[in-house]
Amino acid sequence: MHSVEDFQVINHYLMIRLPEEIDHHESVDISSRADRYILSGSVENVVFDFERTTFMDSSGIGIILGRYRKVSCFGGKVYAVNADSRIRRILLMSGLENVVEIMEPQKK
Amino acid sequence: MIEIAEKREIGAVTNEIRVELAAVSDNEAFARMAVAAFIAPLNPTLEEMADVKTAVSEAVTNAVIHGYENREDKDDKVLMVCALRGDVLEVEISDQGVGIEDVEAAMTPMYTSKPDLERSGMGFSFMEAFMDDLEVHSEPGCGTSVKMCKKIGTRPWIDSEE
Repeated sequence: MHSVEDFQVINHYLMIRLPEEIDHHESVDISSRADRYILSGSVENVVFDFERTTFMDSSGIGIILGRYRKVSCFGGKVYAVNADSRIRRILLMSGLENVVEIMEPQKK
Repeated sequence: MIEIAEKREIGAVTNEIRVELAAVSDNEAFARMAVAAFIAPLNPTLEEMADVKTAVSEAVTNAVIHGYENREDKDDKVLMVCALRGDVLEVEISDQGVGIEDVEAAMTPMYTSKPDLERSGMGFSFMEAFMDDLEVHSEPGCGTSVKMCKKIGTRPWIDSEE
């Protein structure tokens, strides 16, 4: 379902280009693929890119928290980029601002 | 204050759909699409549309993961009934799964009975936050029913505020 380019490791950062809709169905595959990269040892930090994403339910929170637990014990960080106002709201409602660095949108 | 619109009584059911879904995760997206199509004629805001889709997604996911314990068996069924009473949407999502022992605990933010599945425990909190009203009935061994409602079409008020 997801192409190889959706997961890239650049300088120990795992960049995950998230799908249009993030629900439980999608989350299982995203989490297991991310973990394969994390467990390979080449990943320190994880960046979730929401550029394409128009829908996310609480399953997305589970994906982020799960990856955070895995990288944070080795001092790694988790970032959220290109999140629209809806997704930022969902992240904040779940208290994720304490575990994820939510990057401000780039000015065009 | 403007009270005229609010005073209107909640009327009789003007439209209804019943969708029976196999309790497999592929159908979470279908349930969202179905409810979105159902309320589209009410001209909802993007925010209202997203609120309803998120709440439905949470409820159907709960039925699949918790009610039917993630079996992904197509013989397990989730029933979604959407009804309109004027501009109020009512959604009931029910399963005949294992039920919930302690509904109050299950509704606590961050509580999850399945931490191994990386569930965030925010499902019921999102349903409560995004809908106007939420009722949960559950009986262990018999199943769970989640009833939610939301008034659609608050556009003029929201637009004037923002």
